[in-house]
Amino acid sequence: MSEATAHDDHHDHKPTGIGRWLFSTNHKDIGTMYLIFALVMLFLGGASAMVLRMELFMPGIQIVDPDTYNNLLTNHALIMVFGMVMPAGAGMANWMIPMMIGAPDMALPRLNNLSFWLLPMAGTMLILSMVISYFPGTGTPVNTGWTLYPPLSVQSGMGMDFLIFTVHILGISSILAAINIVTTIVNMRAPGMTWFKMPLFVWSWLFTGLLLIMIMPVLAGGVTMLLFDRHFGTSFFDAAGGGDPVLFQHLFWFFGHPEVYVLLLPSIGVLGLIIPTFSRKPLFAYKPLVWFMAALTALGMVVWAHHQYTVGMSLDATTYFMIGTILISIPVGMMLMSFIFTMWRGAMTFETPMLFGIAIILMFSFAGVTGVMLAVVPADLQYHDSYFVVAHFHYALIPGSVFGLYAAVFYWLPKWTGNMYNETQGQIFFWWTTLSFNLTFFPQHFSGLAGMPRRIVDYSPQFADFNYLSSVGGMLFGLSHLLFLYIIIKTIKGGEKAPANPWEGSQIGTTGLEWTLPSPPPFHSFNTPPAIK
Amino acid sequence: MSKLRQVFNRGLLLIASTLFSLPAFAVREYNLPEPASTITREIYDLHMLTAWVATAIMIIVTGIILYALINFRKSKGYQPDMEFNHTWFGRWSWALVPAIVLGIDFSIAGSATETLGNIESHDPADVTVKVTGSQWKWTYEYMDDDLKIVSNLNKDIPADNDLYLRDVDNRLVLPTNKRVRFLHTATDVLHAWWVPAIAYKKDSIPGYINETWTVIDKEGVYRGQCAENCGTGHAFMPIVVEAVSPAKYDEWMKGQKVAMAAAMAEASSDKIWDQAELMERGEKLYNTSCAACHMPTGAGIPGVFPALKGSPVALGDMSKHIDIILKGVAGTAMASWANQLNDLELAAIITYERNAWGNNTGDSTQPADIKAAR
Repeated sequence: MSEATAHDDHHDHKPTGIGRWLFSTNHKDIGTMYLIFALVMLFLGGASAMVLRMELFMPGIQIVDPDTYNNLLTNHALIMVFGMVMPAGAGMANWMIPMMIGAPDMALPRLNNLSFWLLPMAGTMLILSMVISYFPGTGTPVNTGWTLYPPLSVQSGMGMDFLIFTVHILGISSILAAINIVTTIVNMRAPGMTWFKMPLFVWSWLFTGLLLIMIMPVLAGGVTMLLFDRHFGTSFFDAAGGGDPVLFQHLFWFFGHPEVYVLLLPSIGVLGLIIPTFSRKPLFAYKPLVWFMAALTALGMVVWAHHQYTVGMSLDATTYFMIGTILISIPVGMMLMSFIFTMWRGAMTFETPMLFGIAIILMFSFAGVTGVMLAVVPADLQYHDSYFVVAHFHYALIPGSVFGLYAAVFYWLPKWTGNMYNETQGQIFFWWTTLSFNLTFFPQHFSGLAGMPRRIVDYSPQFADFNYLSSVGGMLFGLSHLLFLYIIIKTIKGGEKAPANPWEGSQIGTTGLEWTLPSPPPFHSFNTPPAIK
Repeated sequence: MSKLRQVFNRGLLLIASTLFSLPAFAVREYNLPEPASTITREIYDLHMLTAWVATAIMIIVTGIILYALINFRKSKGYQPDMEFNHTWFGRWSWALVPAIVLGIDFSIAGSATETLGNIESHDPADVTVKVTGSQWKWTYEYMDDDLKIVSNLNKDIPADNDLYLRDVDNRLVLPTNKRVRFLHTATDVLHAWWVPAIAYKKDSIPGYINETWTVIDKEGVYRGQCAENCGTGHAFMPIVVEAVSPAKYDEWMKGQKVAMAAAMAEASSDKIWDQAELMERGEKLYNTSCAACHMPTGAGIPGVFPALKGSPVALGDMSKHIDIILKGVAGTAMASWANQLNDLELAAIITYERNAWGNNTGDSTQPADIKAAR
């Protein structure tokens, strides 16, 4: 027995110095690095958004020229999607999935190291793509928006080439991470951890991983064709050479629409843990929810062209994409219903993660109903490319995925760091960020309906009032994140010690293996599979 | 730096004035503009239907959540109902809720499909206008009347005027109560022609011709702007449509044709133009056709659009200068102008470029030279 203990101790010996991080194959360390990377990117992407909102504070061009504006706009989107939300989701998967399914580590630890360390390189390239165009002789900045539509993207300068390679590296990183996570979930579950005992977060990442494996190669192919059009004389997207500019839009959105679910699903999975915990009642309709999540994954793959109703598709194709898109309301409605009826007749308390959870249900429902409005083709021919769309997708992506990540951070910080965060500060952050978020994006529905197109650096005074509100809200929203950073740093440094299971209801209706480990968990956990009830 | 400080001061002033005069904060437009055509009215009704359905759903969802938040709290001593998931509702909700959602979906999709059919109808039109988007202006061609109008941003309107970025030099004039068909295309990158009160949008795509239609039923001036990101000047491509009665429209069309014939005659006359005349016309034409990229000062945008001031093309061989303007430069934003302007206009622009902003070549070119070079 003593021999076995000594053996375990030996394994728990952490490598020291920079080597611990550079050569890490430990899922917890790699998860931590993913999360820190995402946090840095959150502030970069947020800073660019604040410059945009400052420019839109009132009519007239005050701060940035039109090309710089659209350059920042492109980078804001790419940094937030690829640099912030996806790495944060992957970091949480790394940290939590092995502990949730009773595995000692990820299935492919060295691949795990590679998929993380590609990211800082890609992030550097992404920032270079933004700044390179301010050197002489490098052409127009990347002013296309994150959709990179040709022919405009063929006109852009050298920054676009950097961006194309960034997308390649990010794509490799995501595919490797997705393969690793799917393999871990399929192969590494402890004996007795059957499919329908898995926590919802694990399910959500199984579908997310499958989606990533299916869509990232298509994006990589699309941007490679763009690269060839730019430099090697092909004309995939050039009508004058027999190509088709709309083909790129189909390739992009074949990736782009499922990508929305890549961003959303992990947060939905987190809600599937948080809502039951703080309602002290098992997740309502768990099994149907898993099946509807599978349906959402499948349906999400075949409705991409609703992002391009205005390109002039045939009536039949348009009708198909409209009906398909409207049907997405069924699995999404089912998810929201499942969360609402988990709260129903529960015994709720309102800690920070739960506050975020409730706010997400409300605001994501709102994004859902505006989504149905947008799915209706005739009406979309008015909404398309207006601020109504900007408002809709920020309601979908900020509550639907970013706030889900914040909820997860507060939910799991005690587990990750071994310290409790300060509840009062957490709740101040919640109210500050939620109210300022709504002040920022709610008015944009109206400026969009009134006729303000997206991606414009300057606008007519008739849109000024709503933009003024939006900008004030945007500044407050951005500043609230300084408190977020403060809370995280303070919790890492110290605070009230967290017990193994800080949340009263966290094991109700789920195996809750992660809460059986001490906080913080040992460097190596579950070297022998745990017993599962 | 002083510009930044100016912005900051104005911002403070705005915040202060808003705080002290909240009632004065009046929002003017918050919905789709009042429709002025049959098809946009149909779309507007559909929009209002879905908006009300969305509002009703949000009220119900919010109501249920609020009820739960008020009643099912641990602080009130409420005990969780662990059997709730096994009630009939727990067992059948997976079928019940999707069935309700499906019902709502189909009632929306039903009326949407009908409107969509009307949008895609291809009945014969009374007036056909080809709308071409280019960086960064709109060109309107009346297909049956052989008339072309180029419409640029009106740059003389200050930023505090309501028409800032919403006014043009030449409006598109259309008759009311006639079926108008728009054919959308583009010369360089994607654009989208959008005037919400009278016309829904379809993208203008190089190599494509997309079709939309409208029947305007109220006279008036309707405004919109380019809706698909087209680069540097995307925010500066407004659209103004003036709808007039068919009688007034015919009169206007006659006037345009007379003016066009006069311009043609002038351009092809044998008159030798002196430099001052060409410079005067050239300055005007340069500012509407060329200044968006090459800037009114001829300085271009370094690294993006080449300067004309002191450029080897504008100071060098005349025939090469004419050649570039007639043929464009492949692989760049510089388009061919051969079919966009007549000989006189091109001669005026070239003369202006060679003699403005300190480009003192002193030479000038004649319409006949352009004709010969074509």
